[in-house]
Amino acid sequence: MEPIIHFAPYTGWVYPNETVIEWSVLIAVYPYLTGLVAGAFTVSSLYQVFGFERLKPVAHLALLTSLSFMIFVPTPLLLHLGHPERAFNSTITPHLTSAMAMFGFFASFYVALLILEGWFAYRPFIVEQAQKRSDLLGKFYRLLTLGSYDVSEHAMRYDRKWIFALAVIGIPAAHGLHGYVGFMYGSLKSREWWSSDLMPVIFLFSAIISGVSLLAVLYVASCRMRKIPVDVACVKGLAYTIWAFIMVALVLESLEFANIVYKGREGVDMIMQYVTGPLLIPYFVLQIGIGALTPLLWLSYMIWRGTTGKAMVVGVTICACLVLFSVFMMRWNVVIGGQEISKTGKGLLSYHLPFWGKEGALVAMILTLAPLGLLYVLTRLFPPWADAATHAHG
Amino acid sequence: MSKDSKPTLTARRAFLAKLGGAATCAGAMAGALALSAAPAVSAKAEAAAADGASFPTKDYDWTKHEWGFGVDATKCIGCLRCVEACKRENDVPANAHQFRTWVERYVHLDGDDEVHIDSQQDPVNIAASGSETTFRFANRYKDAAVYKAFFVPKLCNHCTHPSCVQVCPTGATFRTEDGVVLVDPTYCIGCRYCVQACPYGARFFNEEKGIADKCTWCYHRITKGLRPACVEVCPVGARIFGDQKDKDSPISLFIRNNRVQVLKAEMGNAPNVFYVGIDKEVD
Repeated sequence: MEPIIHFAPYTGWVYPNETVIEWSVLIAVYPYLTGLVAGAFTVSSLYQVFGFERLKPVAHLALLTSLSFMIFVPTPLLLHLGHPERAFNSTITPHLTSAMAMFGFFASFYVALLILEGWFAYRPFIVEQAQKRSDLLGKFYRLLTLGSYDVSEHAMRYDRKWIFALAVIGIPAAHGLHGYVGFMYGSLKSREWWSSDLMPVIFLFSAIISGVSLLAVLYVASCRMRKIPVDVACVKGLAYTIWAFIMVALVLESLEFANIVYKGREGVDMIMQYVTGPLLIPYFVLQIGIGALTPLLWLSYMIWRGTTGKAMVVGVTICACLVLFSVFMMRWNVVIGGQEISKTGKGLLSYHLPFWGKEGALVAMILTLAPLGLLYVLTRLFPPWADAATHAHG
Repeated sequence: MSKDSKPTLTARRAFLAKLGGAATCAGAMAGALALSAAPAVSAKAEAAAADGASFPTKDYDWTKHEWGFGVDATKCIGCLRCVEACKRENDVPANAHQFRTWVERYVHLDGDDEVHIDSQQDPVNIAASGSETTFRFANRYKDAAVYKAFFVPKLCNHCTHPSCVQVCPTGATFRTEDGVVLVDPTYCIGCRYCVQACPYGARFFNEEKGIADKCTWCYHRITKGLRPACVEVCPVGARIFGDQKDKDSPISLFIRNNRVQVLKAEMGNAPNVFYVGIDKEVD
């Protein structure tokens, strides 16, 4: 049987209690999922609010993706808690000075908003299915109509107003939710690696690129699965969005690092030793080099050369996969990296990721991929494809 | 922070009392009379606790004390009796990685600019003691020319503005009226945000209990007029404890008669452990 506590090897001087690294890979998965939620919602909003027509094929898929991932956001946290059965203590009696206490409220509000927006967006489809089907699923759709079968032009106009309003509210809600996740780390003064005013913004922009990238991958994969041609204009729209936001994400990340180095506060020597040693590969090579600079250059090249067709689709899909990987590495480097630098500023620890166990790599992978399973089910129940009947509101 | 945390506690108790009341109503309506008595009693106890007059025991008034702790590093000999006493007294996990109090050793060697720091959990020291339940410092510098060396006992600073209390999502970590930062073991959800937030590394996660754990200044002892276990066993008087409201208490005299300092003052936590005889490397 595995020991309950994993002690972390260290070099230099670390406080005795630090030799147990308390926030595991699950706490890196949590902001990763939240980021995907916020990013996917951005895509939906770009279409619903800002009228980016070329993103129409993924607008509804974005909404379902956001909902699927949001439902799984609390799972890594619950698995990590010492007393998951008390989780609601933070919602029933929230401690108002705690950044974490508000999470339950933010998350619940956002889930409610997503469900409501989804309901309005899918109402014509739900009504149609409720009237057409007589099986068990028909009952399900009839239940979902909530007794409203009016799909007249007047009702649709009313619905569209709601969708627009919810999408508008959803933008600050989704981004606030994720910015706040960044604040949870950035507001901790105990760790130089986390304690930064830029942290919420960095989290936000990395969230956007991860969500848009996820949408690009899901859209191309769904087209292949459904054996329909990929809408190149849509993929290009997603590519431009990734390109624009990846620039901002990279600039912010660089500014953050430059700030730490330039200020050169106590403990900076240890940080430099860390980033040029254990963090060299996960940070500079994987997160920045392969995950961010490569797709940025590749996308730039494709935009410059006017690449289109299959080459464009393949290029963007690979770039999107790299960005998804990069953002996960960013979460890892923040959460795990922060704990590997001792609070003493005089020592380094090393986190060991077990494969098995409640907080192991396997569970982390399952939790990251599980929303895709839910998304598959949701797309069967509520087809998000632009060619189906779901786009009465298009 | 105590002012921040108390209303939350009070609010929680009031909420629980209401919940108890609601349960009482439901119970009465169902005709289960037996149910109605228990929540009413519990609500009374909660109300008594909330007004702060006699808490945690009947004979102790937490509004009449303001506890403080002193460390005279010039006296500490690194015997680690304090660490062992604390482990036994407070049922601290019997391993070499989790402590409510610890002692740090700072050694400057001749011709070496770097200070060498270790504590009892260092593998070399554990090898020397041969056990993870009894502790000693290995004589690892016996062949070296030691230029300067000293020990520094560490523990929770029971800050006036504790980061751990600020970040606790449930209010399970709170600051008492008499200036002690405690964890409510029945309310902590085990998220470990407090462990991350503490700049001093004073907290750890108690895996067996599933909650955050830390020094309480032996609250169960001091509220009965006893001293914390670590203070009690220190053979050289390096640890000083007392009531800051009493001008003649050991801690008041310690603060008055010495130029004291606190750890990581720049954090703004306003620690209540006061140090004498520490060097610039100590934080």
